[in-house]
Amino acid sequence: MAIRTRMSGNEALAEAIRQINPDVMPAFPITPSTEIPQFVSTMVANGEVDTEFIPVESEHSSMSAAIGASAAGARTLTATSSAGLAYMWEVVYVAASSRLPIVMAVVNRGLTGPLNINAEHSDSMGARDSGWIQIYAENNQEAYDNMLQAYRIAEHEQVHLPVMICQDGFITSHAVENISLLEDEPVKKFVGEYEPQHYLLKEEEAMAVGPYAVSNYCMEAKKAQAEAMIRSKQVILDVAKDYEQLSGRSYGFYEGYRLEDADYAVVAIGSVCGTTKDAIDRLREKGVKAGLLKVRVFRPFPGEEFAEALRGCKAVAIMDRAESYSGQGGPLGAELMAAMYRAKVQAEAVNIMYGLSGRDVRVEDIEKVYADLQDMAENGKTFAQYPYLGLRE
Amino acid sequence: MAALTEIRWHGRGGQGAKTAALLLADVAFNTGKHVQGFPEYGPERMGAPITAYDRISDSEIRVHSNIYEPDYVAVVDDTLLHSVDVTKGLKETGAILVNTEKSKEEIIPLLKGYQGKVYTIDARKVSEEAMGKYFPNTPMLAAMVKISGVMDTEVFLKEMEASFAHKFAKKPEVLEGNMKALRLALTEVR
Repeated sequence: MAIRTRMSGNEALAEAIRQINPDVMPAFPITPSTEIPQFVSTMVANGEVDTEFIPVESEHSSMSAAIGASAAGARTLTATSSAGLAYMWEVVYVAASSRLPIVMAVVNRGLTGPLNINAEHSDSMGARDSGWIQIYAENNQEAYDNMLQAYRIAEHEQVHLPVMICQDGFITSHAVENISLLEDEPVKKFVGEYEPQHYLLKEEEAMAVGPYAVSNYCMEAKKAQAEAMIRSKQVILDVAKDYEQLSGRSYGFYEGYRLEDADYAVVAIGSVCGTTKDAIDRLREKGVKAGLLKVRVFRPFPGEEFAEALRGCKAVAIMDRAESYSGQGGPLGAELMAAMYRAKVQAEAVNIMYGLSGRDVRVEDIEKVYADLQDMAENGKTFAQYPYLGLRE
Repeated sequence: MAALTEIRWHGRGGQGAKTAALLLADVAFNTGKHVQGFPEYGPERMGAPITAYDRISDSEIRVHSNIYEPDYVAVVDDTLLHSVDVTKGLKETGAILVNTEKSKEEIIPLLKGYQGKVYTIDARKVSEEAMGKYFPNTPMLAAMVKISGVMDTEVFLKEMEASFAHKFAKKPEVLEGNMKALRLALTEVR
């Protein structure tokens, strides 16, 4: 039976962790993810979980300890944000290339500077090429649901890759909202016991993790890693299907909201999608065929599926909450436009920068985006690539 | 009550405005509502102005923006009236609640011509009388429930008692003081 309650996104994440009861969690506090290790260490102290909590001296150490624990054969977890993720940088790649199924709760916050603590995707987007699977949430419910699915994906024999479970700093991590939780037993049964095939503490099998690879072998290892990322697509869908059986909530690579017959679509990631849904309902009442493609999985990038879902649209706004400083827009814009080009999806497209450093986005702001899309499609209005939404002039 | 009620809290860091907002979300949830309670974070310091928000609704809440046109505003510290535009966007059909020892007549001129209802409460007096200490958020919470009508005050008291009983299981005297503050606040708001 579902447990209806209310909690913040960080509490929801911690509740999922309590139910999963992972073996090891090394972590170092950083706003706005600090509460997650704080809650988990309290659970450890209260004997609610038997997780080995390791208070380390930095994020480079938390990821290093996570790599050690995961390589040894333990189900491993950490959490971080912003500069903490940046400080892990070197070893974030090591975790993925060593094919370790670590799960990291990322509470998205911008990278400095100017120094700021609020929501932005520049931290995890910066790590988009590190070889981690990335799954994003709109609200506390999705953060919880995604967390429960994470180990099934990461540990799958066809995958063996680490997973980031991302949510927007403060906007969802610190907002108390209604949520529906699952009971402990069905969750434990769904997630299952971790029984790794290969691990350092396995007596009958000597192995090395993370040794030097000469050029004659290194490229093959990278190709194998890339193949695993591609294989993870089917696993993500299969796990989501099983999860739907359990929870009644369905997940995929994306959520389409009134997208099927939409003339104008917004493509976005995270909490802004809820705001966008409200804007869509207002516009639909006025007869504007507005829709949303909410990106859930960013790594692997389901470009073909996204492009196909947008095929019938006249104009598309691709929203990025992270600058690339490329002069060409943001990461979602660049990757989705490339995918649309390959799929010969001919909709007009504009890449919009929004919500940087926590800049608030209102329903009215999104309505303006749709008005601009209409203007593009109907009156041939062109935009200098790429606009900033809600910028103070 | 309208399908959606939006409330904005102004306080100073350390006074519990965020706690009050989260408590209100909590108790509204317990009466079957969809809720959203969240603070607006900046460089937090004791004494710096802070803002927190509540959305209370009969249906699912999806929007994730701050609140610009609230139905109600609570001001936990009347010194904020000089530095923060507390009535900004406040609906004239709504109301503002100010924690102050001053009279309503002294407060109204500081509200930039706000035409809606104005309520005051001396939360210090209520808090010190009921709990022996100054915690403005407990009386402010009760006063907000009363002026906004987001729930029946009897239901509110019952829910709060259950929640305090859980929270202060080992400190029954704290429960009593808090309940007394809530009841007193319901009559002291004017």
